[in-house]
Amino acid sequence: MSTIDPRQALSIINKENIKKGSLITVLQQVQEEYGYLSKEALLLISRRMSIPAAKVMGAASFYSQFRFEERGRCTVKVCQGTACHISGASKLLDVLEENLGIGKGETTEDKLFTLETVACLGCCSLAPVMMINEMTYGRLTTNKVKRIIDDYRKGRAE
Amino acid sequence: MSLSEKTKGVLQHSRNVDKTKLKVGLGACGIAAGATEVYKELVEIVSSEGLPAVVEQTGCIGMCHNEPLVEIESRKDGRILLGNITPKKIPSIIKSYFQEGSIDPEHIVAGTHYVTEGDAFFKKQYRIVLSNCGRINPESIDEYIEMGGYEGLKKALERMTPDEIIEEVLKSGLRGRGGAGFTTGLKWKFTKQAAGSPKYLICNADEGDPGAFMDRSTLEGDPHAIIEGMTIAAYAVGASLGYIYIRAEYPLAVKRLKLAIQQAKDRAFLGDGILGSSFCFDMKIKEGAGAFVCGEETALIASIEGERGLPRLRPPFPATKGLWGLPTNINNVETYANIPRIILNGSGWYSKLGTERSKGTKVFALAGKIAKGGLIEVPMGITLKEIVYDIGGGIKEGKRFKAVQMGGPSGGCIPESLLDTVIDYDSVTKTGAIMGSGGMVVMDEETCMVEVARFFLEFTQNESCGKCTFCRIGTKRMLEILERITNGSGEQGDIERLEYLALSVKSGSLCGLGQTAPNPVLTTVRYFRDEYEVHIREKKCPAKQCRSLISYQIISNCTGCGACLRNCPVNAISGKKKEIHEIDQQKCIKCGICSDSCRFEAIEVH
Repeated sequence: MSTIDPRQALSIINKENIKKGSLITVLQQVQEEYGYLSKEALLLISRRMSIPAAKVMGAASFYSQFRFEERGRCTVKVCQGTACHISGASKLLDVLEENLGIGKGETTEDKLFTLETVACLGCCSLAPVMMINEMTYGRLTTNKVKRIIDDYRKGRAE
Repeated sequence: MSLSEKTKGVLQHSRNVDKTKLKVGLGACGIAAGATEVYKELVEIVSSEGLPAVVEQTGCIGMCHNEPLVEIESRKDGRILLGNITPKKIPSIIKSYFQEGSIDPEHIVAGTHYVTEGDAFFKKQYRIVLSNCGRINPESIDEYIEMGGYEGLKKALERMTPDEIIEEVLKSGLRGRGGAGFTTGLKWKFTKQAAGSPKYLICNADEGDPGAFMDRSTLEGDPHAIIEGMTIAAYAVGASLGYIYIRAEYPLAVKRLKLAIQQAKDRAFLGDGILGSSFCFDMKIKEGAGAFVCGEETALIASIEGERGLPRLRPPFPATKGLWGLPTNINNVETYANIPRIILNGSGWYSKLGTERSKGTKVFALAGKIAKGGLIEVPMGITLKEIVYDIGGGIKEGKRFKAVQMGGPSGGCIPESLLDTVIDYDSVTKTGAIMGSGGMVVMDEETCMVEVARFFLEFTQNESCGKCTFCRIGTKRMLEILERITNGSGEQGDIERLEYLALSVKSGSLCGLGQTAPNPVLTTVRYFRDEYEVHIREKKCPAKQCRSLISYQIISNCTGCGACLRNCPVNAISGKKKEIHEIDQQKCIKCGICSDSCRFEAIEVH
């Protein structure tokens, strides 16, 4: 995660050739590169694509995928799908909030964890489920969650 | 080399491979259950021992409750499906199979020559959409072709006119599998007849319902079927560019689709001059950015155009004025996946399956408190009871069935008394639920129906785009009422207020999200009104789920082991070692962790 390099960001935008309708794709690519959408990145996109900044922000804030603050190295996404919900997903969220000392949508001070919820990961038969970065963990219990978080904390998982 | 020559070469090549196949189900579920490690272990052992076998990956086999799954396929033994496999179990399984020709029956969950629990799971299913899913390697176009893939496209391009294709799809009776059930052939006809050029094709793969994973599994397990279906559709309606709008939360599906599109282009199934004809069709992937409302077709179109995903007033329908104001045909994943088979085998074959007004099959994601959850495909006309008890094996841990939720946040909860309901669009709608895209979440006696209604409304309230006042504010007020009922501050008249608001939101909203958002509330009020009343009058939760209405207590089973005391996040538990512990009710946040960590069933919920 770095501060925005205008030249590099421009290359991302140019790659899409500022085509009609490519705003969301550009936002996704810039976020992919920098981890989040900073104010300067949004302004740069607005200028480069000749779309009013308010409209860029309007589109970005509409979708849950976009983030406007720097996040931790590990993003923990607790699934809140129906199957997970009736299998105790809210309990897992409680444990995570308690264990990490942060609330939903927040990042730990050491920038290691960001805690989020997700509507459904589509692994319903393994409910309750959570995802850390690209890795999905299923058939969770409160104790298992604590062990997994510990593994990340101690660098045993990445 | 012409295409048919290319295909022939491929077929011969793969028939020459006469080795035992070891297939590992590497769908997202399988991977989450540890299938990647199983796959690696198999590759390792096959190469180090020099065994006459090939290790392959495949998509979702469907028996998600037994993940990770490994299938052994050989000429001698047919197919043997092994469940709950871990890397540790592999060496002994492989040794006994390849040296002694036997497998410990404990691992076998289904197989050609075995009688197993899997028989009941598969017996009542009929697989069209999922016929390749879990059988072929989704990253191999050759395997798809070997199963008859792209034959439908060939037939369509070489022997049928666009009108004949549309007629065939009309006669098949196929209705949109995204939920609403509009006749697919009719949609195509409208797009074809609409003036304007170019025309577009969209595949709605924005599977947003929580509790649904049918489309994800199909995309991961058989991506070429969707590409073939879309290409046939594009030829029929006259579209030149197609978009697959897919959830960004499905990275594996995106990866496999991208690969499949490239493979299809290389073989001239996609791109310019498809199969030597003058027909050109290209395809792009658009990753959704996370907005449930984008499952609605006009909102989805707005999103592809780079805007906020706000629904638009219909008519005009996308068939006449869709993407960039041009005629656009939009169907969901499962609908397109049916097309190659319908074209190849004919509408007569397809329409023999199902009921009078709902033809063919439907894929469901069976999950929740069900013993054997998974991905299933059943003929229309099967009853809910058959799905839950015969295929799904009833309720987990011998608990009592309470309801089955169909259609996600737009659907409803169907009670035990209506389990004889048959699966077709009209019968399901009559119960107050909807067919939906195929999410089927089973609930048991430990599920609180008021809490379930609150859960869904919280979801739709959160996902309401805000355009329509009734959806934006109405769902908020409904949520507030449900929150106070589950908190123990429900008031007399709340149920009636909910019903009144529900009908207003339904009639005052522009798109499907608002029009259906009250369904979970309306169905739970209709079938489980007594649960609402107990919450309001007696301030009790019969299912013991609503936190404000329950308390945890330690009973005499307690051995004083201290596990709960150590795990309690708020230090609400006290007690000396080997003495019965106690919970400070003032401090307790009712998270239930103590109960989970207790090995002596010493913690009761009141």
